Amino acid sequence: MNPGVYPSLLIMCLTVYCIRMLPFLVFRREITNTWLRSFLYYVPYVTLAVMTFPAIITATNDIRSGIAALIVGLLTAWYKGDLFVVALSCCAAVFVTGLIL
Amino acid sequence: MSPGGDLPWFRRGLRDGIPICMGYFAVSFALGITARGIGMNALQAGLMSMGMVASAGEFAAIVLIQSSAGVIEMITTCIVVNLRYFLMSCSLSQKLSPDLPFYHRFLLPYCITDEIFGLSSAVEGYLNPFYTYGMTIVSVAGWTTGTVLGVLMGNIMPDWAVNALSVSLYGMFLAIIIPPSKKDRFIAGLVLISMASSGLFSLLPVLRDISGGFKVIILTLLIAGAAAFIHPVEEAKAAS
Repeated sequence: MNPGVYPSLLIMCLTVYCIRMLPFLVFRREITNTWLRSFLYYVPYVTLAVMTFPAIITATNDIRSGIAALIVGLLTAWYKGDLFVVALSCCAAVFVTGLIL
Repeated sequence: MSPGGDLPWFRRGLRDGIPICMGYFAVSFALGITARGIGMNALQAGLMSMGMVASAGEFAAIVLIQSSAGVIEMITTCIVVNLRYFLMSCSLSQKLSPDLPFYHRFLLPYCITDEIFGLSSAVEGYLNPFYTYGMTIVSVAGWTTGTVLGVLMGNIMPDWAVNALSVSLYGMFLAIIIPPSKKDRFIAGLVLISMASSGLFSLLPVLRDISGGFKVIILTLLIAGAAAFIHPVEEAKAAS
């Protein structure tokens, strides 16, 4: 049975919160198992890389501007590394490509 | 604890939250338009964004509300779509100092999004939670405002602006994973393999039908799992 919009929202918000909270309660100490520690250490890199590519090239309405954003993002991240600069450069790349094409 | 007090970390969080906020604004604006399309009002959509802070998760939530789903269906779908946050929370739990007051373990979970998790993990040493809170305040403000405006104003944002803003979040991801790749060849290889696998997943038949959330979970388990086996990190590094 559907409980209505507001109760539905409450149920779903609580579910999402619990998914995020449980690990913080379970892993209260530093894990000693080397494999698990290493796995958790590598998680952010793999997760973010998987989420970035190929999504970045299909995020805009023209794949060429997406590719431009990827290239500019890789270069600025490699040489500059500052979060704000990289994010803005990617936006600028899409904007400029849109003007040219 | 990382160097610096709570207040400087909080300020740094507010600053680093700005690009997240911009990216979120564009994405949540689209989310608001979708919510409006199924008849949700601005209050409902705003509460949803403030309470859930999850992009794919909220799109799923909108579909569930539209289809008048039952409670069990809502809970199971939410778990599946948001399962990657479980992995992220596991990972971030290891960045906390053993001396950290316990209440942070109830506040930090609210802040776990792809972007905020990424930046919080990128900090050297133990995480100061106020850094995460600073980013979260700014980001959630943008996320919620974007959703509400999306509902109220519909499709008034010009295409070029939506287009340009839509890549900013990916730019941030690159800024998180590329600099460590420069210093550590193994991380560089890991990033390359992850991207290549993700590319294959979106091209190959059968695999490309797997939802985005599941793809992230499967590839993270496989690649990070194998990496931990091949190249276990030494004690000092895992703690940082």
